[in-house]
Amino acid sequence: MSLLNNVLLTITADMGGWELFKNSLLPMITGGIKYTIPLTLISFAVGIVLALLTAMMRLSNSRFLRAPAVAYVSAIRGTPMLVQLFIVFYGMPSLNITIDPFPSAIIAFSLNVGAYASEIIRASILSIPKGQWEAGYTVGMSHSTTLKRIILPQAARVSIPPLSNTFISLVKDTSLASLILVTELFRRAQEIAARTYDFMLIYVEAAILYWVICFLLSLVQEAIERRLSRYTAR
Amino acid sequence: MYLSIKGLSKSFGELEVLKDIEVNVEKGKVLTIMGPSGSGKTTLLRCLNALEEPSGGVFTFEDGFSLDFDKKVSKQDWLRLRRKSGMVFQSYNLFPHKTALENVTEGPIIVQKREKKQVQEMAERLLAKVGLRDKMHLYPHQLSGGQQQRVGIARALAIEPELMLFDEPTSALDPELIGEVLGVIKELANEGWTMVIVTHEVQFAEQVSDEVLFMDGGYIIEQGPPKQVLKEPKEKRTQQFLQRILNP
Ligand SMILES: Nc1ncnc2c1ncn2[C@@H]1O[C@H](COP(=O)(O)OP(=O)(O)OP(=O)(O)O)[C@@H](O)[C@H]1O
Ligand SMILES: [Mg+2]
Repeated sequence: MSLLNNVLLTITADMGGWELFKNSLLPMITGGIKYTIPLTLISFAVGIVLALLTAMMRLSNSRFLRAPAVAYVSAIRGTPMLVQLFIVFYGMPSLNITIDPFPSAIIAFSLNVGAYASEIIRASILSIPKGQWEAGYTVGMSHSTTLKRIILPQAARVSIPPLSNTFISLVKDTSLASLILVTELFRRAQEIAARTYDFMLIYVEAAILYWVICFLLSLVQEAIERRLSRYTAR
Repeated sequence: MYLSIKGLSKSFGELEVLKDIEVNVEKGKVLTIMGPSGSGKTTLLRCLNALEEPSGGVFTFEDGFSLDFDKKVSKQDWLRLRRKSGMVFQSYNLFPHKTALENVTEGPIIVQKREKKQVQEMAERLLAKVGLRDKMHLYPHQLSGGQQQRVGIARALAIEPELMLFDEPTSALDPELIGEVLGVIKELANEGWTMVIVTHEVQFAEQVSDEVLFMDGGYIIEQGPPKQVLKEPKEKRTQQFLQRILNP
């Protein structure tokens, strides 16, 4: 409670705080719109494609497809996100591959989402009863047609809640990109705080902005879930 | 004769589930399979529908199509076998994300690439035939068990199979819903469908079957017209089984 009091004091006690709050809103929101949101959306989209591919490889009968998928998921899940980001941005140049901050972040975050989401997708596919595959076969479908028309639509429904969690984590994780010089929302906050020394005010403001973004996203998630659940008993 | 099965065997690892099965399925006739749990009834049906790969044996169809499971079966032959029959499952296995109508049209439109409007009309006819004309646009979870199973039957009929397979179609149903499903199957029998039915409903089997087959431990123990197998069984195990299900 004393924390909240302090915050309120900082903001209201002197009107300078309020002015600063208003003035830093624009740069932070700009950072959010120019970098945080595109970084999240692009990484998530690429990550989901990677995840589908990886899940298919892990579910296949061929060891040569399964092994690289298993290794990829294990490596990403076993290393810190920040380290992955640094390898792409600071590490690659020593192999004579230099990538700008924003694309570096896209690569690192996509790979990260791909690994985590592949596990979710794989588990969702496995959660669909065997009888659904067989029903597909008995109306004449091949394995891949059954997967596409019968299994994946049902697995999508199952995977929406956990994938939404991944998505919301991603929004917040993009703040790590500030450490490789992407001028996203949090980097803007750091810049302003370094100039004004108003750490509390500025970082709380950043927190509020992330919170708003995540709240709006959770509304979208609910809408998608409602749409996909129209065929399930409630 | 529609199909002759010779020397059919099936093992799961060490476990031999079907042993040297010899059966003829007559065209336009109903063959009923009975027997205790674990005797291999489901496995036999699944072999006919290519959901299970037999370990050995030969299927010969009236059109000359023949499959020898002691040799390697090509993917094409495999598909051809599967498309000969329609399967009705004990647990319905309807597609939960599709309406009753879509469940029925899925096979013909997606797999057989038949004309959409024609398929739609045919599906509506089939659903009307199983008494569900007014439930076409409902999802499976909005239907009772008996209604779901009737959709299952319509879905199997829609791919225009030569042979209909039923695996205990009423075992998951409440007693008061069994009649409506058996009624539909009887109607199909009267229309001259070739069918293989696994069921524990003795009275129904007596009415609908042309031939009853009693299995135990992977073998066919007894085989003959329903009056003989169900009324005056020769084999002790058949007698015991019938006694058990008639006087539980
Ligand atoms: N996929 C499988 N893997 C291993 N064993 C199996 C498999 N499917 C069936 N079995 C075994 O094969 C035997 C025959 O099973 P099947 O399902 O054909 O019996 P059933 O006569 O249909 O019995 P029920 O009346 O209980 O349905 C059983 O012992 C069963 O445990
Ligand atoms: Mg069975």
